[in-house]
Amino acid sequence: MSRVRRGLLIYLPLLLCSAVILLPLVYMLCASIKTNEEFFTSPFLPRGSGFLGIAWDHLTSVHYRRLFYDYAFGNNIINSCFLASATSILATLLTAMGGYALARFTFRGRSLLMGLVLGTLVLPNVLLLAPSYQLLYRLGLLDHYGGVILPLAAPAFGVYLFRQAFIAGLPRELLEAGRIDGCGEMRLFFSVALPMVRPMVGAFLLITYVGTWNNFIWPQIVLQTPEKMPLSVAIAQLRGVYFQDYGMMMAGTAVSVAPVLVLFLLLQREFIAGLTAGAVKS
Amino acid sequence: MNAATGRADMRTGWSPYAFVAPFVLVFLVFTAYPTLQSIALSVQQTYGPQASRYVGLQNFVGLAHDPLFWKALTNTAVFAAGSIFIQLPCSLGLALLLNKPQVRGRAFFRLVFFSPSLVGMIFVAVIFSLIFEKRTGLLNVLLHRAFGFDPEFPWLEDYVMPALIIAALWMYVGFNMVYFLAALQNVSPDLVDASRVDGAGVWHRFRHVTIPAIRPVGTFIVLLSLVGSFQLFELPYLLLGEGGGPNNRGLTLVMYLYQTGFETGDLGYASAIGWVIAMLLGAAAIMQRAVARGGER
Repeated sequence: MSRVRRGLLIYLPLLLCSAVILLPLVYMLCASIKTNEEFFTSPFLPRGSGFLGIAWDHLTSVHYRRLFYDYAFGNNIINSCFLASATSILATLLTAMGGYALARFTFRGRSLLMGLVLGTLVLPNVLLLAPSYQLLYRLGLLDHYGGVILPLAAPAFGVYLFRQAFIAGLPRELLEAGRIDGCGEMRLFFSVALPMVRPMVGAFLLITYVGTWNNFIWPQIVLQTPEKMPLSVAIAQLRGVYFQDYGMMMAGTAVSVAPVLVLFLLLQREFIAGLTAGAVKS
Repeated sequence: MNAATGRADMRTGWSPYAFVAPFVLVFLVFTAYPTLQSIALSVQQTYGPQASRYVGLQNFVGLAHDPLFWKALTNTAVFAAGSIFIQLPCSLGLALLLNKPQVRGRAFFRLVFFSPSLVGMIFVAVIFSLIFEKRTGLLNVLLHRAFGFDPEFPWLEDYVMPALIIAALWMYVGFNMVYFLAALQNVSPDLVDASRVDGAGVWHRFRHVTIPAIRPVGTFIVLLSLVGSFQLFELPYLLLGEGGGPNNRGLTLVMYLYQTGFETGDLGYASAIGWVIAMLLGAAAIMQRAVARGGER
């Protein structure tokens, strides 16, 4: 009896919280597949005489169709995919190589570079909004994808994380052995060093991909042409124009959110490893 | 042997530079230079990105006398307090529940609780803009049906800060829970058993065994929450509009930075706001180190 009660005391709050956490996402999905009239009559799926008391025949894909045909949302999806892929691949490559050099070589300027990296690590990102905008203006990169990607391509925390990963996971002897075997430095990095920190590579790729996908303020500031906008900016604009059109807003949000959540379902261990990497070291 | 090592030395001679060069180039141009430039900008007034003039410390003096800035600072501080005093205890509570050895399906619960933090804040804002609607919004509908709560409750007009705190709670409670779960692995089971044998109650054990063990990570989580809270932008921007709703009730520091820098076009004033945020967070980081170290004594 007391075991049942103790179990209840643990599982009841956990299940309740899970329900509360899932509710907004379910609400979003439901709103995206019912008509705007039915949005007002029931909070979730429209009621009727169908299975489980739900009017299944009232469900509609009209919002999704309008999104793609009237609003060219496919274009925004492609933009988001491109920006997130380019930024995450570039950032992972640059920071992995930089972290490798900082971890496994001695060279002139190393401690200066390390100091600079640590120095900027503590500064909040928003500090750079105004000066970066001015810089992009001078370089003629406003309204160009390069202007969105490059400022995000060399994050100081990435170099720091990769440096730690190489120090912990790449024995010096392995590199020496490779050099004695006559392996070139580039090959040594890509076929010996990088595979040793593969979990870090995966985690970092993921968090920069999702971070760029979800980034709003930076593309909002840099880009001006509507055709170039990623989903985050497009959805905010959509809301400005169609704020009465609940179904379409929720359909757009569902399309924007789904890829990230599916990615997370498939790769949750890498995600959590990447996101908690910062906490373990401090 | 000499030839071999000689060649190896030569190759490692230039290769570290080849490895760091791409990073250093992008980092210097797009991080180091703008950081320095933000100092220069903070003593200028600009009209868009081109025209500017030197104004000395006038931006900072102006901030000190700017009621909107103080409003934004107060709002941001209230939001940060909500994150720390409401959200983090919830996260810790969930972590303690999930950490119980007999819990099954831990991976499932962790998955569910963590997932909202992956939804971008702008998307969260769009979803919650419907949830907070007066008559039709999910929150008012559910509260009305369950407790007879006023269905016209004006979340986005008169209760802006609670609304922002609720949305952020939904988004980050599981994220912080994962950190607390990691911290709870530092709690020594032997110590827990020993204190149980000594007859220590649940509260006593929590206070004297759990808290000291999670203190270093715990203070780090508080710092992370502060850093995130002080950069709050998308949620109020989309939910309340550029000015932060009626009477700027939801105007945050970064919204004000955005407004002055990119609506008004004064990148100098915006940089000054940026530096105030940086200073406040720097002070918080120093305090965190002190508190975290205090626990090790």
